[in-house]
Amino acid sequence: MNHRPKLAVWKFASCDGCQLSLLDCEDELLALAEAVEIAYFPEATKSVIEGPYDLSLVEGSITTFHDANRILEIRGQSKALVTIGACATAGGIQALRNWADVSAFTSIVYAEPSFISTLETSTPISDHVGVDFELRGCPISKRQLIEVVDSFLHQRRPNVPRHSVCVECKARGTPCIMVRAKVPCLGPVTQAGCGAICPAYDRGCYGCFGPSESPNVRGLAEWWTTLGVPEVDLVRALRTFNAWAPEFREVSDSYAQ
Amino acid sequence: MHSERDLTVDYLARVEGEGAMYLKLQDDEVVDLQFKIFEPPRFFEALLAGRRFSEAPDITARICGICPIAYQTSACNAMEDAAGVEIPAQLQDLRRLIYCGEWIESHGLHVYFLHAPDFLGYAGGIEMAADFPDLVRNGLRLKKIGNHLMTVLGGREIHPVNVKVGGFFRVPTRSELDALVADLEWGLEAAVDTVRWVSEFPFPDFERDYEFVAVHHPDEYAIQRGRIVSNRGIDIGPGQWPDIFEEEHVEWSNALHARIKERGSYHVGPMARYSLNFEQLTSRAQAEAQRAGLGPTCTNPFRSVIVRAVELVFAFEEALRLIGSYRRPEAPAVEAHPRSSTGHGVSEAPRGILYHRYAMDGEGLIESAQIVPPTSQNQLSIEEDLRDYIPGRTHLSDETLQWQLEQAIRNYDPCISCATHFLDLSVERI
Repeated sequence: MNHRPKLAVWKFASCDGCQLSLLDCEDELLALAEAVEIAYFPEATKSVIEGPYDLSLVEGSITTFHDANRILEIRGQSKALVTIGACATAGGIQALRNWADVSAFTSIVYAEPSFISTLETSTPISDHVGVDFELRGCPISKRQLIEVVDSFLHQRRPNVPRHSVCVECKARGTPCIMVRAKVPCLGPVTQAGCGAICPAYDRGCYGCFGPSESPNVRGLAEWWTTLGVPEVDLVRALRTFNAWAPEFREVSDSYAQ
Repeated sequence: MHSERDLTVDYLARVEGEGAMYLKLQDDEVVDLQFKIFEPPRFFEALLAGRRFSEAPDITARICGICPIAYQTSACNAMEDAAGVEIPAQLQDLRRLIYCGEWIESHGLHVYFLHAPDFLGYAGGIEMAADFPDLVRNGLRLKKIGNHLMTVLGGREIHPVNVKVGGFFRVPTRSELDALVADLEWGLEAAVDTVRWVSEFPFPDFERDYEFVAVHHPDEYAIQRGRIVSNRGIDIGPGQWPDIFEEEHVEWSNALHARIKERGSYHVGPMARYSLNFEQLTSRAQAEAQRAGLGPTCTNPFRSVIVRAVELVFAFEEALRLIGSYRRPEAPAVEAHPRSSTGHGVSEAPRGILYHRYAMDGEGLIESAQIVPPTSQNQLSIEEDLRDYIPGRTHLSDETLQWQLEQAIRNYDPCISCATHFLDLSVERI
C-alpha cells in the first residue's frame, strides 16, 4: 500500500469550514481514504506521516510571521499545493484588516494587545509561495473538492469552470433576480461552483466564490447604482469574503475614495 | 529526590482549530499548566464595526465552519433585540429545525470521528473504520442527514445563505420537508443505537462539581432562544450577560477566558444543558439516558459523549415533530428596522452558549460588537479538569497520561477557531 499518494491538509487563519468539507464528503470519504494515504490531517486524525507529500490542501490565509515561514516549509514538502477556499485564495474576511490600522483592531478585541503577535495584513497563499491550483468558495464546493483531488491524483487539469454564477442560474432555471425583482446581485461577476444557491433562495449572490474570469465589476457596480444602491453599500458588498481579490478590490477602492 | 516531567502536545488533533497543551509536573503536583490557543486571531469584533446590522449573520458565520447556524442565530437574536422585533412562532420553529440539523451534524462528527477513537484506541475515525466499517458508515450517514437538513433549509450545510435578521429569505414548502422524514426516522433509530454503543465505553472514575450554565426556555429544551440559568442561582435575560460574566486576557492564549465575576470557572455545553433542562427532553431521550446509566445530571466530563448521543436522539425527534406540525409561514421574515440601540442574543451552539452583543446607530451601522463563544467560556473549566485529573494518576506512562489528558480536552469538543475567533498539548514533569 506504500505506493498510495500522500495527502496532507494544512490550516492557517480560517474557520475550518473548507477542511470540514472533506469530512462532509460522507459518501466518498472512506473510498478516498483507500485511494490516498491521509498523511497529515490533524482535524481528523492524530497520526502523522512525514513528508514529502504528493498533494497538500491548504486552508486559511497568512496573518502571522510564524505562518509566513510555515507555508514556505509546507511548499518545500509538497509536490502539488492546492489552496482551498476564500481565505487561502484571497485572504478571507480577515483581509478587511488590510484597510485598517491593526494595532487599533488588536486593542478593540484584546485587553493586553502586547500578548498578540500578528502581521499588518491577511494575504492569500499565492502571495508567499507558488500555488498549483486555487479552489474558490466560502466555503468550497464538496463536488469541486473531489474533482480537484481526483484530477491531481490522475495528473490532469481540474474541470472547474471559471464562468459566472449566471450560467448556473440559467442551468438551474432560476429567473434572474436582478431583472425579476431588482435585487442587487453579484452573480454576473462571481465565479460559479456553488450551484447558484442564493438566487434560488430569493436573495442576491454575495460573491462568496470570488471573481469569475474577466469580470466586468465596474459595469455591474454602475448597474447597482441605477438600482439605487448607495455607494457605501456597494463598497461593503465588494468587501466581504473575497475583499482582497484584485478584481473586487480595485472597484471597491475606486468607490471608497 | 524529586521527579520532574514535562508533557507537551504541540498540535492537538481532532479538534476544530489550532491548540496546544503544556503541563509541568513535580512529583504528583501540577506546577504549571497552559491550555494554549495559538490559532491566529481574526479580529471579528473589530471588522464588524461600520458594517450594516443585516450583515452580522453572514459575517459572523465565518468564525466557524462547524457551527455557522449558531453564529447566525445568536447574531439574529441580538439584532432583533436591538431592533425590538418579535419573531413569530412559525419562524421560530424553522430556526429551531435548521439548528437541529447543526446539532446532528456537529454531534455526529464529534461522537464518531473526534471522540470515540479516544475510548477505543484509534488515531482517528478513518483508522477506526478499518475495524468497524459498518459503525463508521452509520456515523457518516447520520451526520449526512444533519447536513442535508441544513442544506434544504439553508441552501448549503457550511455557511448557509438563507438566514437573515427577522427570519429567512425563503421558507421551505411542505413537500421539501416531507422528503426529509424517512431519513430522519432512520437517523432517530441510529441515534438510539449510538447511545447504547457509547454507553459501553470505558470511563475514568472522575467527577467534578461544576457550575453549569445553559440557556433555558419554559416551553422547550432550549436551543435557539431563552434565558441564561445555572445550578447556582443565575437566572438572567441575555441583556444581563455583562453584569454576571467577564472576559480575561491571559498571555498564553489568543482566546479570551470567560468567567463568572467574583466566582470563576463555569461549564457550558451538552452536560450543562442536560443537567439543567433534563425534564424537557423527550421521554424517549430520557429513557435512553437512564438505560445508558445517566442520572438527571452528569458530572463526569468523559461521559459527555453519552450526553451528546442523547441529544442526537432528541434532535432527531424534535426535527420530526417540527416537520410534522409545519405550516408554511405567510411571510419568510419580519421587517427589522434599525434604531440607535444595543441588543443581546444567546443560543445553544453544539458546544454551549454563544453570546453576541451589538450596539448600532440610527442608520443600522454596527458601532461595537462582542462575541463570546462556548470554548472561551470552557477554557478555565478545561484547565481545572486537567489539574484535577493528574493526582493519583502520575504512575501512568507519559504516553498514557498524555492520551487521557488529550481526551479530557476533547470532552469539551473544543472549537478553537471559535475561541479565537487554538490546541497543542505539552506535559512537562519536573
